[in-house]
Amino acid sequence: MDAILLQILNGLDKGSAYALIALGLTLIFGTLGVVNFAHGALFMLGAFCAVTLQRVLSASYEVIDETKVDFLGNPLKVKTPYVEGWFGPEVGGAIIDWAVPLSILIAIPFMIAVGFIMERGLIKHFYKRPHADQILVTFGLAIVLQEVIKYFFGANPIQTPPPDALLGVVNIGAPLSLELAYPIWRLVYFFFAIAIIGGVFSFLQFTTFGMVVRAGMADRETVGLLGIDIDRRFTIMFGLAAAVAGLAGVMYGPINPPNYHMGMDFLVLSFVVVVVGGMGSLPGAVLAGFLLGILESFASTTWATTTIPGINQIIIYLVAIIVLLTRPRGLMGRKGVMED
Amino acid sequence: MLGLNKKDTSLLIVVAILALAAPFLLNPFPTNSAMAQFNAGYPDLMQRFVIFGIFAIGFNILFGLTGYLSFGHAAFLGVGSYAAVWMFKLLSYNVVPAIALSVVVAGIFSVLIGYVSLRRSGIYFSILTLAFAQMSFALAYSVLSNPKFNLTNGETGLQVYADDPQILHRDGLPDVPHLFGWAMRDNFLELKLGGWEFTFNNGYYLCALIMLVVFYLSIRLFRSPFGLMLRAVKSNQNRLNYTGLNPKPYTLAAFIISGMYAGLAGGLLAAMDPLAGAERMQWTASGEVVLMTILGGAGTLIGPVLGAGFIKYFENIFSKINDNVLHQWFAFMPDGMEDFMVFIVHPFVGKGWHLTLGILFMLVVTFLPGGLVEGGQRLLNVIRNRGRKPADPKDPEHHPKETPHVAE
Repeated sequence: MDAILLQILNGLDKGSAYALIALGLTLIFGTLGVVNFAHGALFMLGAFCAVTLQRVLSASYEVIDETKVDFLGNPLKVKTPYVEGWFGPEVGGAIIDWAVPLSILIAIPFMIAVGFIMERGLIKHFYKRPHADQILVTFGLAIVLQEVIKYFFGANPIQTPPPDALLGVVNIGAPLSLELAYPIWRLVYFFFAIAIIGGVFSFLQFTTFGMVVRAGMADRETVGLLGIDIDRRFTIMFGLAAAVAGLAGVMYGPINPPNYHMGMDFLVLSFVVVVVGGMGSLPGAVLAGFLLGILESFASTTWATTTIPGINQIIIYLVAIIVLLTRPRGLMGRKGVMED
Repeated sequence: MLGLNKKDTSLLIVVAILALAAPFLLNPFPTNSAMAQFNAGYPDLMQRFVIFGIFAIGFNILFGLTGYLSFGHAAFLGVGSYAAVWMFKLLSYNVVPAIALSVVVAGIFSVLIGYVSLRRSGIYFSILTLAFAQMSFALAYSVLSNPKFNLTNGETGLQVYADDPQILHRDGLPDVPHLFGWAMRDNFLELKLGGWEFTFNNGYYLCALIMLVVFYLSIRLFRSPFGLMLRAVKSNQNRLNYTGLNPKPYTLAAFIISGMYAGLAGGLLAAMDPLAGAERMQWTASGEVVLMTILGGAGTLIGPVLGAGFIKYFENIFSKINDNVLHQWFAFMPDGMEDFMVFIVHPFVGKGWHLTLGILFMLVVTFLPGGLVEGGQRLLNVIRNRGRKPADPKDPEHHPKETPHVAE
C-alpha cells in the first residue's frame, strides 16, 4: 500500500509538468489551429528565467576584508552580493534564497511578451498554410531558441536550488499513519500546477473573455460575424499558453537542473500526452498528463525494470500506441477534431 | 532511354556526370591556397553527400508525393546501420550482405511503424512517427544494451571487435569493409595536377553508383501510375475514397519504400565507417532530412539531392570556421570593426552551426516553400523575361477599350 501510494506521488511532479505543457499545446491548437513544436522551447525559456534571475540576484562585488587573512598573510577578498549590500545580509540573503519562486514574477510578463511576439511576428503568417509548414517553422524556431540558450548558458545543466525552507523531505503520510517521505518542493510543484490548471479552467469557464474564447474555439467565423475581434483574443490566449509553459519551466528547475535541451525532451512526451488525451480536449490533456506521469513512475520501480529492462524509457510510447490503436481519438477526443 | 522521356534522361545523365566527376568538380581550389578550406572533394564528405542524398530521395518519395510528413525517418537510418554492423560482426567485412540486410531490416521496421502510424494522418502522423523514432532511440541507447542482451552496445555504439565470429572472413581479405576484397577506404587513384590533388575513393564510387541506381528508380516511381496515385493521396484523399479506391495500401507502400531508402543510406554509412550509434536516430537527425528535402524542393526529383549536398557542405564548412579564421577574413577592416564583425559572426559558426541551421529552416519554410528548385525557376524566369519586353499593358484582349470621349 505504502509503495503504491509512493509511486503515485512520485509520478505527480512529472505528470504536472506534462499536464501543464500539454494544456498549453491544446490551448494553442484549439484556438489558433496551430501545432506548436516550439512549445517545449517555451518551457525551457521559463526555466532559464529562473536561472537568469538567480544569477542577477547573486551578482556580487568584492571587498577586501582587513580583519581576515589567508594562509599567506594577504588580506582576504570577500564577495558580497549587491542585494545583500543594499538590503542588509538578512533580507538580501532571503531574496537570493527565494530566487526561484520570485522569478515567477518576471517569468509571467516575459513569457506573455514572448508569446505575443511569436504569434504576431511568425505564427500569424502561417494560419492559411498547410499544417506541415506550421510544424516545420515552429520546429526551426525551437532549434533557434535552444541554440541561443546554449550559446549564453552553456551545454551543462545549471543547478537552481529551491529556498532552504522548502528543501528536504516531509512525511505526508502522517495523518494516515503511513510512512510516505516526499520532497517538499515536489509537493509545492504539484499544488502550483493544480493552481495554474484550475486558474486556466476557471478563466475559460467563468469570465466573459473566456466565454468568448470558448465560443471562438467552437465556431470562429460566427463569433467574428458578431462583431468580436476574435483574433486579438486568440493572440492573448497564445500569450497565456506561453506563460503556462514558462511557469511550468520556472518551478521545474529545482526538480531537474535546467539544460538547453530539456524543452525538446518534454515536448515529444507532451505531444504523446496530447494525442493520448485526445487532440483539442483540455481536460483530456490534463488527465492524460497525470496518468502517464504516474504510469512512468510505476514503470521505474526496481521490480518493473528487472522484469523488463528499460521499460521506464518506453512505457509512454507503448501506451500511446495501444491507445491509438484501440481508441484512435484518444481518451477524451471528440469527433471531427483534426480528422483531415 | 531506360523507359524515361527525354527530359528525365537528360536529368539522369547530368546527375550521373556530376556524381562521377565530383572529385574534380568539388576541388576547384589548389591544395595549399587559402581557399582550400572551401574544397569539398575529399572522400569522407563526398560519401556523406551521396548517402544523405539517398536518404533525402527516399524521404521525398513519402513526403513529396503523399504529403505525409514523417518526423521519425532517422530511425530507419539507424536500424540500417545497426543491421549492417551486425553483418560485419557475424559474417565478414563484405559490404554486400551488410547493405542487403540493412535494406531488408529497415523495410520490416517500416512495415511495423507504418502500419500503426498510417492509421492517422496529418499532425497525428507526424507525432506518431516522432514518438516511434524517440522510442527506437531510447531502445537503442539504453534498453537493448544490457549485459543479458546486448544488441546495440548503448552509448559506445556498435562496432566490430577482434573476437567477433566473422565466419566468412578469409586471410587474404582486408580487415575493413570491402567489396570482394576492394577496400572501401582505399583510393584507387590519386591525381596530382599542378597545385591540385584529386582523390578517387572506392567507397565514394560505390555510394555514387548506388545513388544513381536509386535515383533512377525514384524517377521511374515518380512517373509511374503508382506515383500518380500517391499524388492523388496528397491532393484529395476524400475524392480518392469516393472513386472507390483505398489510399491506405498505396501510402503504406510509399512509407515502406522510403524506409528502405533510409535503411540503404544507413547501411552505406556503416559500410564507409563500421560503426553504428544511437544518436543517428535522434529527432535532430529526422529534422535534418526533412530540412534537406524542403530546402531542395519537396516533390521535385533533383531537389532532395541538392538539399542534402547543400546542408552537408555548409555543415562541414561552418563547423570548421573558428575565431582565427574569422579574424583572417575580416583582417582588412580596422581593428575595432574587425573584432565587432568577429563577435557578430561567431555565434553562427563553429559549434553554432545548429543555430544557423534553425534560422535557415525558418527562412526557407517562410519565404521559399518550394525550395531551391523553385528559387532557381523563379530566377530563371526573371532572367528570361528581362530580355523580352514585358507584355503590352494596353493588350486589347485583356483591357477594356477606352471609352470614347463624350464630345467626339
